[in-house]
Amino acid sequence: MNPAKDAAWDIRIERLEGGYGSRRIIKGMDATFPGGAITAILGESGGGKTTLLRILLGLTPPFSGRIFMGGRDIFSLTPSQFRRIRRRFGVLFQDGALLGALTLAENVALPLTEHTKLSRKVLRNAALRTLELVGLEQFADFYPSELSGGMRKRAGLARAIVTEPPLLFCDEPTSGLDPITSAQMDQLLLDMKKHYPSMTTVVITHDLGSVRHIADHVLVIGDGRAAFSGSKEELYASPDPYLRSFLDREAQEERRMTAPPLDESVRAALAEWLNQ
Amino acid sequence: MKKTSLTLQDLAAPLLSGLNRFGEMALFLLDAFRQSFFTHRLPGKVVRQIYTIGAQSMFVILLIGIFTGLVLGLQAFYAMSMFGAQGMLGSLLSLTLIREMAPVLTAVMVTARAGSAMTAEIGVMRISDQIDALAVMDISPVGYLVTPRLLASLAAFPLLTAIFNVIGIFGGYLSACVLLGLNEGRYFSGIESSVTMSDVSGSFLKAVVFAVIVITVCCYQGYNAHRRSDGKGPEAVGNATTSAVVVSCVLILMSDYVLTSFLL
Ligand SMILES: Nc1ncnc2c1ncn2[C@@H]1O[C@H](COP(=O)(O)OP(=O)(O)O)[C@@H](O)[C@H]1O
Ligand SMILES: [Mg+2]
Repeated sequence: MNPAKDAAWDIRIERLEGGYGSRRIIKGMDATFPGGAITAILGESGGGKTTLLRILLGLTPPFSGRIFMGGRDIFSLTPSQFRRIRRRFGVLFQDGALLGALTLAENVALPLTEHTKLSRKVLRNAALRTLELVGLEQFADFYPSELSGGMRKRAGLARAIVTEPPLLFCDEPTSGLDPITSAQMDQLLLDMKKHYPSMTTVVITHDLGSVRHIADHVLVIGDGRAAFSGSKEELYASPDPYLRSFLDREAQEERRMTAPPLDESVRAALAEWLNQ
Repeated sequence: MKKTSLTLQDLAAPLLSGLNRFGEMALFLLDAFRQSFFTHRLPGKVVRQIYTIGAQSMFVILLIGIFTGLVLGLQAFYAMSMFGAQGMLGSLLSLTLIREMAPVLTAVMVTARAGSAMTAEIGVMRISDQIDALAVMDISPVGYLVTPRLLASLAAFPLLTAIFNVIGIFGGYLSACVLLGLNEGRYFSGIESSVTMSDVSGSFLKAVVFAVIVITVCCYQGYNAHRRSDGKGPEAVGNATTSAVVVSCVLILMSDYVLTSFLL
């Protein structure tokens, strides 16, 4: 497994349906994430982006449909075959999901610690060098609870890339970051692509600036389906009103505030409390 | 349609779900044992858990042990004096301690101290995606979280029980001999003449069984905190911790009865 040399894995999603309990969140999705490219997944918050990711990662079983990774139907594999594929994933969870009991350096080195016999020193060096990429080398011995949300996210990205995975999944890597740090994160993803040309990257994001900057391919989720799946250029050229409202950051008409939400009784109660 | 009478199904449902839960716990335990062959750098993890489960419980075990011995010595002294049988105090006290009090109270105290913390820690890891993150890194969450605790407790419970025995017998000596004036030769010879090796190994056997019960229940409750119907998020972790302690203690006493009836 060397993402610098091996053939890139693409991901193909066919008629996928999934959700939680009996609640359908993904309602029949078809999409392709090309190998060796960066695909951005866009969608409203609560639109099912994380849910789609959890299905891709095998954490939430789908209701129906198929997913092919590198040509293999992942739901037809035995658990141990699937685990062998999942080893090739690097994942940044939405909240970082760092282990609270370990320092940043231990967190970042964790996949190596638990799967190799490398010495402590080698592990620590690998962790420090990866932390340096995300600008956190001086926080190597801090615990996740001692950092800000954005720093935890960067450390989570460091842990995701420490194994040089052929498939990299990032759930909102730049949300909660300041513009300078998010630009650095975007640049890091682009640099990764340069060093590992066959790495397939899937980035969930709200950040249209990031999409413009890093994405080759875009999937827009609308109402649990693929509202758009294609190249970035096609997306920008699309006349579809839903996509336009997304790209031009226009609020949809039914969500506009036509009148203040509070009625008089609530307002009177509030006034009483404020004037107490 | 409104139901007017209980059907067989209504009566069987809680029983079935209980059985189901029990089966799941058994599989969870088997997986924890199985993962001891696959977990990387296991000895270091086990040692760290022996420290948290064992060494950090030492103080409370010493405290409970000495007071249990003191109060047993006191009660036994007055009970035996009614029949003029103070000479029996040593045997009565040591057998009660070694066979029952030490393994049971040790297990209950470790549940309260380390078991509840385990449930809370694993539960928080569950609701903050840390367990999913482990799985995605192809690190078995059971192997990483449960196996070291299980192996550590198999060592820690018998040791803590042994410490409880010794300190309890010392407590009995303090109250019966030092405070109430029983002849210390009679106290210790009573112990020596009545305690056999099978009492001591029975004590250890109980400790091992309780260790398995406590770790399985506490880790299972935390691990499945997200599946609870009585709360979500932090509330689920709180409720999981409560159930872990209650279920562990109930199972400790139930299995104690079963074990005792076989051992006697
Ligand atoms: N664990 C869960 N159980 C039940 N429903 C959930 C769970 N996680 C998310 N959802 C629901 O699924 C929908 C999509 O959530 P999510 O995939 O997290 O959205 P996004 O990541 O696009 O913001 C939301 O309506 C949310 O309420
Ligand atoms: Mg999300």
